[in-house]
Amino acid sequence: MNGWEPVIGLEIHVQLKTRTKMFCRCENVWGEEPNTRTCPVCLAHPGTLPVPNKTAIEWTVKLGLALDCEIAERALFHRKNYFYPDLPKGYQISQYDVPLCSEGRFVVPGPDGDREIGIVRAHLEEDAAKTIHVGGAAGRIHGAEYSLVDFNRGGTPLVEIVAKPDVRSGEEARRFLQLLRQTVIELDISDAEMEKGSLRCDANVSVRKAGEEGYRTKTELKNMNSFKFVADGIAVEVERQIARYQAGEEVMQQTLHFDPQTGTIAPLRSKEEAHDYRYFPEPDLVAVAPPADMVERARAEIGELPAARIRRLEAEVDLDLAYGLVTSGRDALYARVPGDDRRAVANVLMNQLAAAGVDPAAVDGAELGRLVAARETIPRQTFLDALGASADPDFTADPYLAETTVSDAAALDPVIDGILAANPGQVEAYRGGKEGLLGFFVGQVMKETQGKADARVVNERLREKLNA
Amino acid sequence: MAITREDVLHVAALARLEIPEGEVEGVREQLGAILEAVGKVSELDLADVEPTSHPLDLVNQWAEDEPRPSLPREEALANAPDPADGSFRVPAVGG
Repeated sequence: MNGWEPVIGLEIHVQLKTRTKMFCRCENVWGEEPNTRTCPVCLAHPGTLPVPNKTAIEWTVKLGLALDCEIAERALFHRKNYFYPDLPKGYQISQYDVPLCSEGRFVVPGPDGDREIGIVRAHLEEDAAKTIHVGGAAGRIHGAEYSLVDFNRGGTPLVEIVAKPDVRSGEEARRFLQLLRQTVIELDISDAEMEKGSLRCDANVSVRKAGEEGYRTKTELKNMNSFKFVADGIAVEVERQIARYQAGEEVMQQTLHFDPQTGTIAPLRSKEEAHDYRYFPEPDLVAVAPPADMVERARAEIGELPAARIRRLEAEVDLDLAYGLVTSGRDALYARVPGDDRRAVANVLMNQLAAAGVDPAAVDGAELGRLVAARETIPRQTFLDALGASADPDFTADPYLAETTVSDAAALDPVIDGILAANPGQVEAYRGGKEGLLGFFVGQVMKETQGKADARVVNERLREKLNA
Repeated sequence: MAITREDVLHVAALARLEIPEGEVEGVREQLGAILEAVGKVSELDLADVEPTSHPLDLVNQWAEDEPRPSLPREEALANAPDPADGSFRVPAVGG
């Protein structure tokens, strides 16, 4: 960075998984046939009136408490006015100067200790409809012939979380998002899947000289739909801005789209001449005053937050593994698996067990612990087979542990000799310098022993014999 | 508070209204008169009065999260001028 400090403010949208929409009782579903979950309210027919979803309000309060926010005693809905085909009323019902939740903070453990990211606000609004652009390149707006609007999504409860510009790198943004996602999943208020759009992230990015007060011009990176794109997009934009300043140029305020395929950033066409949303209090809705029993019920439903668990686990495994375990929801199983080598337990959970597609909640921790402890003395394939079966209701490690690896050289030598004798051409090629053929011989021995040979011993014996 | 010609054109653009050149001055005068009338309120001393966001003194008018039937799709699309593929077809936006 040579003296430059990135300044990143994240805005996150989370779709709530309530049964019904925010202001009408149409089902809130994903992936149904277009325009099969609409009514006069969410289609903005004249004379209809919005009625807020009580559960959506309670869940927003719950999220606000988890973000250590102050909960408003009396919150208001406002109209945010703009014209777009995905917004049939000509305004979005949102919140403005008195949101449900404000002034919070979110702790993000990092390599240099805990980082506290301020939360400006978390407010409740309605999502816009889904627009599909037809005829352009790959569904992009540019060059489209026409657009199709699906109002199933229109009116979905949406929480917008605005963080203070406290994030200092793309990697930190990624950790923040992963933790926030895990938090809303554990609060059981959203499925928070970026590829489905139920979790969306925009980033305001600027840079400044280390020690500089105030902020320079920022750009906005829109709708990055994976954690990796968020981290990569921010990193690319930070580099671009630093390069401009170093070349004596200015940074222009604009909205940018990150193309993950090329790793480049391009300006989006601007939607409005100027953002002038003319907010005013929604006259069709009265104020929301979250009752004490609602707030206390929400508070009681919040368990230990992911950040606290990561900090605990980091003492046993490293930071990356701790993040992996907690943000994949595998740390509960990790805690149930006995064993002295905690890193080995974590690695098996994050790698082989994850690859086996096993439901961690269904695994018997004690039996898995026996497998992990024996992972170097049973054949690799047996170990993988056992993991694959570990979520079966009557699973026990016993039959798998009975299959021990053949590591006795005396038992392996005859097999190895036989393989070498059967493949004189390859032996000659190996001795002529094609050392890559070692893998071929190891494979043959494994095949002959049905995978039970100890790969380390086979490698040693083969090298010795071939180099003799 | 005086309304300028630029204010009129800006608000008209935001509302997607086309005001014929000859009518801009008339609209400016009318909007100015409305604001002036509403502005009378600011002559009062309202330091101790809570802002009103709604005429009804009510809070927490909400509904339980229980689904109700939606419209059949044909009915939802009945007023659409140009439906296609079960959707509302609209001119390409922003392209």
